[in-house]
Amino acid sequence: MALLDVTNLSIHFGGVKAVQDVSFSIDAGIVYSVIGPNGAGKTTLFNLITGVYKPTHGEIRLDGESIGGKSPDELARRGVARTFQNLQICMNMSAIENVMVGAHLRLDRNLIKAALRFPGLRRRDAELREEALELMRFVGLDKFADARADAMPYGALKRLEIARALAMKPRVIFLDEPAAGLNPKETIEVDHLVRKVADSGITVVLVEHDMKMVMNLSDRILVLDYGKKLTEGTGEEVRRNPDVIAAYLGAHA
Amino acid sequence: MRNRAYNGLYVVIAILVVLPFVLPNSFYLDLAIRMAINAVIVLGLNLLIGFAGQISLGHAGFLGIGAYASAVLPTHFGWHPVLAMVAGAVATGVLAALVARPIFKLKGNYLAMATLGLGIILSIALRNEAQWTGGPDGMPVPAFGVFGFELSSDKHWYWVVAILLSVSVWASLNLIDSPFGRALRALHGSEVASRVVGVDVVRYKVSIFVLSAVFASLMGSITAHYVGFVTPNLADFFHSIELVTMVVIGGMASVYGSLVGAVLLTALPQALATFEGWETVVFGAILMICMIFLPKGLVPTLAAKFGKGE
Repeated sequence: MALLDVTNLSIHFGGVKAVQDVSFSIDAGIVYSVIGPNGAGKTTLFNLITGVYKPTHGEIRLDGESIGGKSPDELARRGVARTFQNLQICMNMSAIENVMVGAHLRLDRNLIKAALRFPGLRRRDAELREEALELMRFVGLDKFADARADAMPYGALKRLEIARALAMKPRVIFLDEPAAGLNPKETIEVDHLVRKVADSGITVVLVEHDMKMVMNLSDRILVLDYGKKLTEGTGEEVRRNPDVIAAYLGAHA
Repeated sequence: MRNRAYNGLYVVIAILVVLPFVLPNSFYLDLAIRMAINAVIVLGLNLLIGFAGQISLGHAGFLGIGAYASAVLPTHFGWHPVLAMVAGAVATGVLAALVARPIFKLKGNYLAMATLGLGIILSIALRNEAQWTGGPDGMPVPAFGVFGFELSSDKHWYWVVAILLSVSVWASLNLIDSPFGRALRALHGSEVASRVVGVDVVRYKVSIFVLSAVFASLMGSITAHYVGFVTPNLADFFHSIELVTMVVIGGMASVYGSLVGAVLLTALPQALATFEGWETVVFGAILMICMIFLPKGLVPTLAAKFGKGE
């Protein structure tokens, strides 16, 4: 059975049908990409699956359990992690604290114990700091371990978001344009990083405009256009599909 | 980096220990006590405003509940002061939770409006229920005693509030650097990011709001017993604004900023008394200058300037 099953998913904002009757399924352990022209509904689709928006209709199943309309924190408990197209870094915190927040659900969040500095809590926090450092090393940010988030360059923040998502120890991670705004060298680094994440056994769902990266990484690709599913298949199948070429180049095929 | 934050605590404790021996007379001791009481309230309020990014414009109302619980319950019903204080804190906590729950389900800064309204309602209630509260004239508060030991002299009160303040600073520092505190700061930094990592934002906002309200209530009770008299002014809107100003001037999301803000704004009206009639104008001008040149508040701005970081 597929890890994620989406059937007839739709969301309407007033008269705008941002996502319409989209169905697909994602097997565990693969890299699955969602592509399409600007405004095709890719980010909206991510927001629906990660609980930021509630679907107008349709169903989302994670491991057979219906998760449509569940809140993001309930989804986080089920191992769904994500990053954002427009950075969502907590600029009021240090870089490593941003990563540590990712482990929120694995920690003792008791207020009283925290205020009284319970030794168990402190010990766990010290371990977590090591874990977070390890993750920052994994995404190539070890030199920013002590940096404040608001003092870091854009490209590093993109990877910091990935480190935070990994701190959740997720089963599936949704990456929303991880290479957007990056220079070619940084893009290749992110490309390698996504590969490493996938190799560690986490299912990756990717939205990305960099076609080289998409074709290079993806096991399967979903193409959206105007909120609808245009086609779905392997990179080779998608590349040959005349509808896809038409959607991207604007030709009336 | 974090361990350095605790160094300030030793400085605070050292100042608190030395202070009563160098203060020239009881006027200054009284001022120090009121500074320390305000500092504890502002610490709690800063957790809400500075760290969690939520605003309360009615905190004086919670202060009022605590103060009047300590005045009314022992006077009219013969309750033990400790019991009255706890009852005030519990009532405040329940009220804060009841108000905050529905508010935080909404998006946007509705809390500011709700707390503004709540504060005004509480202050009107205290003014009008004259048969219980003495109305606008206020009412006397019985002395505070535990196990036959009565807190009467200012010296005693000083040590009580000094210990309370030290513990509050320590607890605040602990809280900020814990999973709970990180979640609070994260929901301030990016609400959507904190939600997708699993932070139940409504619960966290409610918790910190209730905590800061209970802080205010307890310190209201302390104020009432220390002064020996309560008036509705304690709970009015202007006092709420004054508390928020202390947070902003001292520095949002800064533990030591809370202390500096409370100390400065408690002392300023006294220091400006020589301006006779113009003190409000000077007071306002000082606040404006602070906001223009130190928009992040005193402590964070100075810390950044001297490259220390809190």
